[in-house]
Amino acid sequence: MDSLNTYLFIAAILFSLGLFGVITRRNGVAVLMGIELILNAANLNFLAFAKYGGMNIVGHIFALFVIIMAAAEAAVALAIIINIYNNFRTINIDDVRELQQ
Amino acid sequence: MIDVAFWFVVILTLGSALIVVLNEKLVYSAIALLFTLFGVASLYVFLWADFLAGAQVVIYVGGILVLIIFGIMLTNRITSVNISHTSVQKGMGGVAVLGIIIVLGIMILNTPWYQTEFVEPAQTTATIGTLLMMEYLLPFEVASLLLLAALIGAAMLSRSGE
Repeated sequence: MDSLNTYLFIAAILFSLGLFGVITRRNGVAVLMGIELILNAANLNFLAFAKYGGMNIVGHIFALFVIIMAAAEAAVALAIIINIYNNFRTINIDDVRELQQ
Repeated sequence: MIDVAFWFVVILTLGSALIVVLNEKLVYSAIALLFTLFGVASLYVFLWADFLAGAQVVIYVGGILVLIIFGIMLTNRITSVNISHTSVQKGMGGVAVLGIIIVLGIMILNTPWYQTEFVEPAQTTATIGTLLMMEYLLPFEVASLLLLAALIGAAMLSRSGE
């Protein structure tokens, strides 16, 4: 278990699952969940390289900034989704294709 | 013993991530996302990142997941039976994603990664704090500005009319 490749594989699978969610889901909130999975995979890579790749504590700081950015992104994205819902009465992203309401 | 715990965490993480992207019911997806986030936090512990594991639980589970559940509840009428969300083009998406996994796997196996002898850090929290106040002060301040802007922007966007 103690190897860089193990963690890289886990992160790759997590990333691919998140991407699968983003491209197949139709609900805006579900797409957001896929994005969270992708960000977690990136963080896992940062920390794996921090432990095995000599990135040390700098990797932890990068991961911390990714978490901060994810929090900001989730807040704004959900505000946008709720706005879309108020205007269109749906959050099916395939149905939202006009700028005017 | 540690091996068993590690693989249990890995299976928990990836299995619940699979449920997140495949389950038909949105609320079940959110609950599965809870387990994925906890699993990733446990993996952080295996990677000696105890502070990051705590931050992950506090910010993701305590903040973002609650926000997502709010989003689900606010964007579905309670009366509507269908709080589900079917997926489209699962076949094509699955094939594309499998291809990406294979390409990433080949890339991981064939790259000569730079690896060093690792020493376990005595304490991560104090070092992270010092680095944030010294070398990374500017990104730290920019991040605080970003959070402020996101706070104001989200409040302004989600306000209903005048």
